[in-house]
Amino acid sequence: MIFQLAVQGAQMLLVLLLAPLLIGFVRKVKARLLRRQGPPLIQPYRDLIRLMRKEVVLADNASWLFRVTPYLIFAATWVAAALVPTFAAGLEFSWTADLIVIVALLGSARFFQALAGMDVGTSFGGIGASREVMIASLAEPAMLLIVFSLALVAGATQLSTVAAFMGSPEVGLRVSLGMSLIALVMVAIAENARIPVDNPATHLELTMVHEAMILEYSGRHLAMIELATFLKLLLYVSLISCVFLPWGLASVGAGPKALAIGAAAYLAKLAVLAILLAVFETAVAKMRVFRVPDFLGAALMLALLGTLLLFVSRSL
Amino acid sequence: MISTVALLLCGPAALLGTAVLAGAFSRRASATRLVYGAALAISAALLVIVADHLMGNPGEVSAVTLPLGLPWTGARFRLDGLSAFFLIVVNLGGAVTSLYGVGYGQHESAPHRVLPFYPAFLAGMNLVVLANDAFAFLLSWEFMSLASWALVMAHHRDEANRRAAYIYLVMASFGTLALLLAFGLLAGPAGTYAFDAMRTVQPGPLAAGAVLALMLLGAGSKAGLVPLHAWLPLAHPAAPSHVSALMSGIMTKVAIYGFVRVVFDLLGAPAWWSGVAVLLIGGVTAVLGILHALMEKDLKRLLAYSTIENIGVIFASLGLALAFKANAMPSAAALAFTAALFHVLNHSFFKSLLFFGAGAVLSATGERDMERLGGLIHRLPVTSFVFLVGCVSISALPPFNGFASEWLAFQAILQSPDLPQWGLKVIVPAVGGMLALAAALAAACFVKAFGITFLGRARSAVVEQAHEVDRFSLAAMAVLAVLCLLAGLLPGFVIDGLSTVTLPLIGDRMPVQTAQPWLSIVPIAESRSSYNGLLVFVFITISASLAAFFIHRFASHALRRGLAWGCGFDDAAPAAQYTAVSFAQPIRRVFGGFAFRARETVEMPAPGTLDPARIKVDIHDVAWETFYQPIAGAIDFATERLNYLQFLTIRRYLTLVFLYLVILLLVLALWP
Repeated sequence: MIFQLAVQGAQMLLVLLLAPLLIGFVRKVKARLLRRQGPPLIQPYRDLIRLMRKEVVLADNASWLFRVTPYLIFAATWVAAALVPTFAAGLEFSWTADLIVIVALLGSARFFQALAGMDVGTSFGGIGASREVMIASLAEPAMLLIVFSLALVAGATQLSTVAAFMGSPEVGLRVSLGMSLIALVMVAIAENARIPVDNPATHLELTMVHEAMILEYSGRHLAMIELATFLKLLLYVSLISCVFLPWGLASVGAGPKALAIGAAAYLAKLAVLAILLAVFETAVAKMRVFRVPDFLGAALMLALLGTLLLFVSRSL
Repeated sequence: MISTVALLLCGPAALLGTAVLAGAFSRRASATRLVYGAALAISAALLVIVADHLMGNPGEVSAVTLPLGLPWTGARFRLDGLSAFFLIVVNLGGAVTSLYGVGYGQHESAPHRVLPFYPAFLAGMNLVVLANDAFAFLLSWEFMSLASWALVMAHHRDEANRRAAYIYLVMASFGTLALLLAFGLLAGPAGTYAFDAMRTVQPGPLAAGAVLALMLLGAGSKAGLVPLHAWLPLAHPAAPSHVSALMSGIMTKVAIYGFVRVVFDLLGAPAWWSGVAVLLIGGVTAVLGILHALMEKDLKRLLAYSTIENIGVIFASLGLALAFKANAMPSAAALAFTAALFHVLNHSFFKSLLFFGAGAVLSATGERDMERLGGLIHRLPVTSFVFLVGCVSISALPPFNGFASEWLAFQAILQSPDLPQWGLKVIVPAVGGMLALAAALAAACFVKAFGITFLGRARSAVVEQAHEVDRFSLAAMAVLAVLCLLAGLLPGFVIDGLSTVTLPLIGDRMPVQTAQPWLSIVPIAESRSSYNGLLVFVFITISASLAAFFIHRFASHALRRGLAWGCGFDDAAPAAQYTAVSFAQPIRRVFGGFAFRARETVEMPAPGTLDPARIKVDIHDVAWETFYQPIAGAIDFATERLNYLQFLTIRRYLTLVFLYLVILLLVLALWP
């Protein structure tokens, strides 16, 4: 019991500590691909610490909601990220939430972020919030349909069970799983405001979505939101790796050795997926905002097709 | 010993007495408090009686026949699990609304048009739920409709309200006609009007299909199923806000009760295709309802359209339950049915809460138009907080109650690959996608509703003078907000309570949830799916507090107030903010084309002139244009032609009567 709790606690700390590193790694690889030196790997940690030390500049009419939201977003994202299996499945509290709940927790975070964007009453906040909910209104159903596909294949929405099933030999190659994977990657790109849907490195007014919502944030509040953004990327990468690359994942009640193997495998998977993300982002261009619905519509249709195939024939 | 149902019938009787007294004394200054106080006391008493019944012997059925109404038949009333559940919904809503009314009613400009009908409306809803024969049911149903119509007409000097009330009256009579025909079919050749007799007869497939269609028309028009919803967004907002809350939060649930009572109870074993019809209509209703809500800028109309969405979600779950029941999968049917009823309860909580909030905004500012509000979070701190709780709940976000019932619905959908029919196999995932889309759009809609109304800067001067509303209104809203949170944190208790409804109607129940460790909800098995709202809430609270503690311990405390960033333009006018219409613009571009045939045209000024450019948005209600206008046109055309009959001579009238008699006799003679 104590050991199990310790493992769960370790997972919570691990995601929190790894998230900035993942971002630093992606930025580094992107910079190297562009033949730049790039900032050091630990730059995101330094940024966070710097932000924490700075004063907060609050807009005149910002309400209490604006000041509470960073903590809410951070807490919801952290809880969601800690419930996705990283190095081990079946942790002590893994049954608290299944995949649908994890998706909905991220939805809660987005809900408050969009509200905070509208709180100050500038056009930037409004533009960000209205575009964010438009993107979410397509990404969320696509994500839920992906969850349906996975649940139909594995017979569960519980991530530990899904991961265990995907690691077993009875999965085989399935068309609908392939569709789900592609759809999941598309949703992950949109949800994390990455290129080609949004560009996390820009402050160009007409194209920004995520950055427009948090434009009024500064200091420690901004640090919380940035950390939540980092956690969200880690969450999606962990999700893809635990469902589609479940190898090395320590099983329920595993000993320290299996856990160590799981941790090493997890780090390797993170590195591989981060490199893939960086390569992809370097290779494509940002699209216009109103091309995003087409992009996400494709994800939605792929996910729906995958689910339909499963309904019609359980073996595809 | 007086039976429970007879005791319960004293409630509506007392309410009717209150209505009569209110009619007589409604112009007194103290009448408002007395009437709402009496309604509160009676609803609370009914609630206690039902709760006591459920605590003692939940499975027991108690029936009574009163020597009222038609000669020889009498009026039958009955209390079983289903009516007990809906009595709780009705009277909990009634009690909280009356509490709100004690304060809100003070602002009423014409109390004598509201006070007599308000208790009558409550009595009508109670009687519908208790009725045990077709006659009592239809009579109570009509009574409920007419009382609510009178409340919609309360502010009858407004042209829009008169039109809304007229359309409501037409649709209500149409709905009752459909119900009348449905009961006629159920009664069969023997003409048995009692529900007990109908229950024993299994109608043929054709008659069963016709009854289902008529119930979808009759109960569906009251609940607001697309395309019968057209009256709802007109009538619900036209009434005073607490009555809007009753109509949207509670009366639509009574309509669902009617549907469930007939289709799940009286109609006997369902056919699998009945599930397809209900599922499809539910899914389409959910998506179209919330898309319409997103296009609205009137806060109360937005809430009314969102009711349509939630009704769609409930009907989709009911359709799923029908499909499972038809295929002898009782445990899955119990899951889907529980999800539907749970959502009924949840929607009655948060929709009443949101309408109360809209009423508070209305009484504080006199505005329903979101384009003239904004920044109310500074003026109405408590109202804005409880309204936010309602928004989070209705957007199906954990750990609040809306999420718990939607989660159950999704779990029920995941049971459906085992259904044998191809029609269902194709429809169910599509409807699942629609429900997911509706949930995501609902979140977008309530970001808009809260963001435009309460956040940002004031868009008109009325906001500057707004003051927090009275204690009674705040107490009513706070009660509902707490209920929203409790039902989300401890859904296991609600699910177990619902077993008394599912057992007799479905023949199975969900596994006992309150015995689960840590009060999780586990529909089938823990390895498949589980959700623990309580722990999610605790985890979020702990991590948020940890983060706040850490920040306050180690990070900078400095804080400076300054101007918002405006690209160098300081002091931009509040008009530069996003508005309700512009907020929905991206979604209108994505979905508007097929849902509303939306068109945007930009009128640019001629080069060299200084006129402003204008953007014009054209939105059509497709249901209104495809169904209502042609039907109204046809009726106009027919009446125009038949008008000729009004100006005949007496000889011609006599000839017509004679001819009619001959035809009737011929029909009788030729009838096999």
